[in-house]
Amino acid sequence: MKAIEIKNLTKTYANGIQALKRIDLEVEQGDFFALLGANGAGKTTVIGILTDLVNKTAGEVKVFGHDIDKDFSVAKKFIGVVPQEINLNIFERAIDILVTQAGYYGIPCNEALPRAEELLKRLGLWEKRFGSPRTYSGGMKRRLMIARALIHEPKMLFLDEPTAGVDVEIRHEMWEYLRERNKAGLTILLTTHYLEEVEQMCRNAAIIKGGEIIMRDSVRKLLTFMDKEVYVVSVQHVKDITTLSQYKPVVVDDTTLEIEMSRKETLHDFVARLAQTGMVLTDIRPKGHRLEKLFLEVLNK
Amino acid sequence: MRTVFQEQFIAFETIVRREIARFTRIWTQTLLPPVITQSLSFVIFGKFIGSQVGHINGVSYMAFIVPGLVMMSVINSAFTNVVSSFFSVKFQRSIEEVLVSPTTHVAIIAGYVMGGVIRGILVGSIVFVVSIFFTHPVIHNLAIIIIFIILTSLVFSLAGLVNAIFAKKFDDVSIFPTFVLTPLTYLGGVFYSIHSLPGVWQQFSLFNPILYMVNGFRYGFYGFSDVSVGGSILFLVALVGILLYANLYLMKKGTGIKS
Repeated sequence: MKAIEIKNLTKTYANGIQALKRIDLEVEQGDFFALLGANGAGKTTVIGILTDLVNKTAGEVKVFGHDIDKDFSVAKKFIGVVPQEINLNIFERAIDILVTQAGYYGIPCNEALPRAEELLKRLGLWEKRFGSPRTYSGGMKRRLMIARALIHEPKMLFLDEPTAGVDVEIRHEMWEYLRERNKAGLTILLTTHYLEEVEQMCRNAAIIKGGEIIMRDSVRKLLTFMDKEVYVVSVQHVKDITTLSQYKPVVVDDTTLEIEMSRKETLHDFVARLAQTGMVLTDIRPKGHRLEKLFLEVLNK
Repeated sequence: MRTVFQEQFIAFETIVRREIARFTRIWTQTLLPPVITQSLSFVIFGKFIGSQVGHINGVSYMAFIVPGLVMMSVINSAFTNVVSSFFSVKFQRSIEEVLVSPTTHVAIIAGYVMGGVIRGILVGSIVFVVSIFFTHPVIHNLAIIIIFIILTSLVFSLAGLVNAIFAKKFDDVSIFPTFVLTPLTYLGGVFYSIHSLPGVWQQFSLFNPILYMVNGFRYGFYGFSDVSVGGSILFLVALVGILLYANLYLMKKGTGIKS
């Protein structure tokens, strides 16, 4: 059984905009899946339909085998969602937000409180449990939304741009926590603009453009579509680069070059060729993220 | 393992608990103002003006207006509670918390409406207790009093929810109370018997639903009413049914809350 099965999903908004055009998508149980796309591509609409915040126009959606047209209330129990926009009630205390959310899933207070304690402690919010989200930083609000999404112990978590506006340290802590939950069996579907994270965290990904899925594969395979890689090469002093012409070198400054390498070429050969020029290599690293480039290439097609 | 019914009941209970916590937390905005306003009404209309009006159907003017003023507080409190609470969560988008959950539309409506009913009855009871300092209202039929206070708070809680579902901005929340509810309440026989009105205005007053609530409620205290009490109960039950259906339909359609 798949965690998510989507067939011919279509959504046309009241203003006539067709946000989704008969998309098909499957997500395996236990996957860490990325849904990529530019703003307005349809990512949030997919999550909205899966969480009953958007009415679909046509198509079939199953969550852990449960058809949302027939038994959405059962399907909803499998899902936790962290939305893109902060949607916390700013007049309530953090602990009450979690206990209330549990109540919506039919979980009484006495069961919800220990769960809330565990989540708030794990996400570093326990000390602030009686504070309202008004007094929280952006990162704390995001973590509280993650705790809220997990209070009913769902099997699948939707994260819609969860790290937008979160500082680097908190973002890494959040990813560490989510990786830990994924290893424990939680299926995660993620939309993000940080493609570096997708490259590091996700196993499978789909790219959505103009309401259509234009690519769906493992992140590893998607990366193989990239046949070129740009490297930033640091040397003690840049010298004559004519013998490096096959790598299309660009001199950035006195100590830095940028070169392009195809998948057929090896770094070993390049380093040997560089040594022949008399330049002393001090550092070499890929420029930018490969997935980001692929993403831009695909979107610009 | 809980049954679906048990789960839905917990969800309903959660909404009600949250609603009670909300209006008691801000009691200076929710419980105190009606008590002050109606106390002033007792002093001004009851003591100063009432002493010159004399008796209506054998009861003092002060005693005559008590049921109407209690009902006025019930109507405003029930309506305002639901419209402001539901619109607030809609505005903050925290309504999504309950929409993404398995909580049914019936439980959501029941929870918010129950919050409005509880606040309506609580405020009505406080205003009634305050009225004892000014007059000695008698109780003719307690069952009728309870039936009318429950039905009225139900009607206006459900109406408040319809208003909140359609409201897009804060102004939309105050339009109905200001331009519809308040005039209807003042013209609903709170301060007078419609028999004291000229013929055409008497007939016109019969189109005002609040007239039936105030008179039915007053019957519970003094045993007289300008309209049929049984008919009023049936009318209110029908109104509850229509508004409940409207809310269920709007929720199912996702009006104002889903795209």
